Order: sequence, then structure tokens, then C-alpha cells
Amino acid sequence: MHEVGIAQSILEIVEKEAAKNNATVVKKVKLIVGEFTGIVKEALEFALEIVKKNTIAENAEFEIEIVKLKTHCKHCNREFTNNKQAGFLCPECNGILSIVAGKELNIEYIDVD
Amino acid sequence: MHIIDVNSQILKENSRIAEENRKLFDEKGLYVVNIMSAPGAGKTSVLEATIKKIKDDYKISVIEGDLQTSIDADRIGALNISSYQIVTGTVCHLDARMIHNALHEFQQDGNDILFIENVGNLVCPADFELGEKLKVMVFSIVEGAEKPKKYPVMFHAVDVVLLNKIDLAPYSDIDIELLKKNVLEINPTATIFPVSCSTGEGIEEWVNWFKKKVNEDKNRNK
Repeated sequence: MHEVGIAQSILEIVEKEAAKNNATVVKKVKLIVGEFTGIVKEALEFALEIVKKNTIAENAEFEIEIVKLKTHCKHCNREFTNNKQAGFLCPECNGILSIVAGKELNIEYIDVD
Repeated sequence: MHIIDVNSQILKENSRIAEENRKLFDEKGLYVVNIMSAPGAGKTSVLEATIKKIKDDYKISVIEGDLQTSIDADRIGALNISSYQIVTGTVCHLDARMIHNALHEFQQDGNDILFIENVGNLVCPADFELGEKLKVMVFSIVEGAEKPKKYPVMFHAVDVVLLNKIDLAPYSDIDIELLKKNVLEINPTATIFPVSCSTGEGIEEWVNWFKKKVNEDKNRNK
């Protein structure tokens, strides 16, 4: 449960970006979160509600887009989506799968006035 | 109103400091190990058993991360190994800045190995790079064979999995082969050692493997 720390990091970056662009209010923050991280969407939303108070993003909407785990097999060059349960061995050739998506923890954009 | 493209990693500050730590460790020729597990899996016991085997060959120090108390640092101190306690309060993991700050006080000149015992937690520490060379997970077999599937992020992130408390196998219904299979499904390149800190079983094999890793790294940096 480190979503509060993550939420604080998000607000720090948002405040910095807003200041850089002389914004007076942040209306929306778009976040990209991979499902193969330790972050739970609901817990992050709750943490953001608390952390955003008394900041420039106090009334901002935080949209969280979840990215599915996507893996790639170097051996047979196939790609797999959402095989979190199946593991990291290629179901086709038993090669080792590497992660191509699902580890994201990014701020995509902010919408400001 | 207008949209500002940020495209920023939320943990970029942690990654930046972790990279600084890594540079510092390389300069000092220090092999740094991040040890992670659920609470009570036996991180400190594994550390004690490992340190006893190698302390004549290497200069070692330990950073202990805990929510409260310095019990673990005291246990390491009892082995005549210098230790530093980070008390995180309510924070459920160590991050790169905590390590960086500790290093201001906790000098590493002339040391060979720094063990960092993370806060007991099977989720959060996996998201935070510290600048380490090796990630070791201690997993007590009685936690159950299905755990690699339930906590895949941590199992996928580590280099080594020590299956601890193997001496308890006869008293539990755990299927060790199934556990190993589940670990390798999530992390096909993981190196696995069944060990017991109570009986000493498997410690020799793990320590020999570990010493080889440390020596390879030392030779690379010469």
C-alpha cells in the first residue's frame, strides 16, 4: 500500500508542470498505470483525493488508464496480452517472455487554465 | 484551457537517485544486495546464516529497513558487522532516497558487500529500484505454493528466490516441486535455492553461488 507516496509524487510533478506553464488551475490529470505494477487503481484514486487537497489540482479529475500486461517471445516473435496468470513462458514455444507493456507508471498530460 | 503533454514517469525521481546510488556503488567497488520478503519469511535469519559463512572473506555492512524498532540491526550488530537502521514509520518499502541519505552517515569506503534488508512486504518494494546489483527474495515454504501467482510482480522482479524453512516441509502439506514450478512460470530465469536457517540445509549451496556472483562482479570492475 504505497499509493499515498505515488499520489504525492504525482502531485509534485503536476504542480511543477502547472507552475512552468503559468497555470492557475489544473482541471484534469491523465495517468497511465500498468497492471503489472504494485499499484491498485482504487487505492490510488483514494490517495489522490486526499493528497490533492489545498493544491492547484484540488478540483481536478484524475483519469487512470490501466494498461494490460503485454509480453513478447523473442524466440518465436509472438506477442501475448493479459497472460498474467499464465506466467512468463511462451505457450507456443516455451521461450522466455519479456514485458513490452504493463509496467507503466506515467503522467500523460494535464489540462489547465 | 489547454493540454500540457507531460509524458513523465511518476517514479523518475526514484530512478534518478537509484542511478546515482548505482554509480556510487560502482565507484566504491561495492556489491549491493536488496533482500525482500513478506514479514516473517526469514530475511534476517538468512542474512545471519550468510554473513557467518562469508565474513572472513569480505568486508560487509547491512542496512535494515523496518517500520519500527532496531531489533534486526541489533541482531546483525551481534555478529560484529556494522549495521544501520532505517525506521520508515508507516512507509511500506525502502526507496532510493532513503538509501542515499543513509549513505551520508553510513560510510562504505573499503567495504565489499552491502546487504539492504527491505521492509517486510510482498508488493511495494518491487516498484522501487535502490541501485542494487542483486535482488534476493526470501520465501518461506509454509506461505504456500500458489503465492508466486498471487504476487507475480515481486516474483518476476528478483534474481534469486530462497525457499526458506525447508525443514518444515514434513509438517506442512506444501508441494515443493509445485512451488518451484510456479516460481519458474512467473520468473523463468530465477535461481532457486531451498534452504533452512535452522538446520543449515542448502545454505552452503546458496553461499557458494553468491560468492561466485560477487567475485565475478569484482573481476569485471578491476
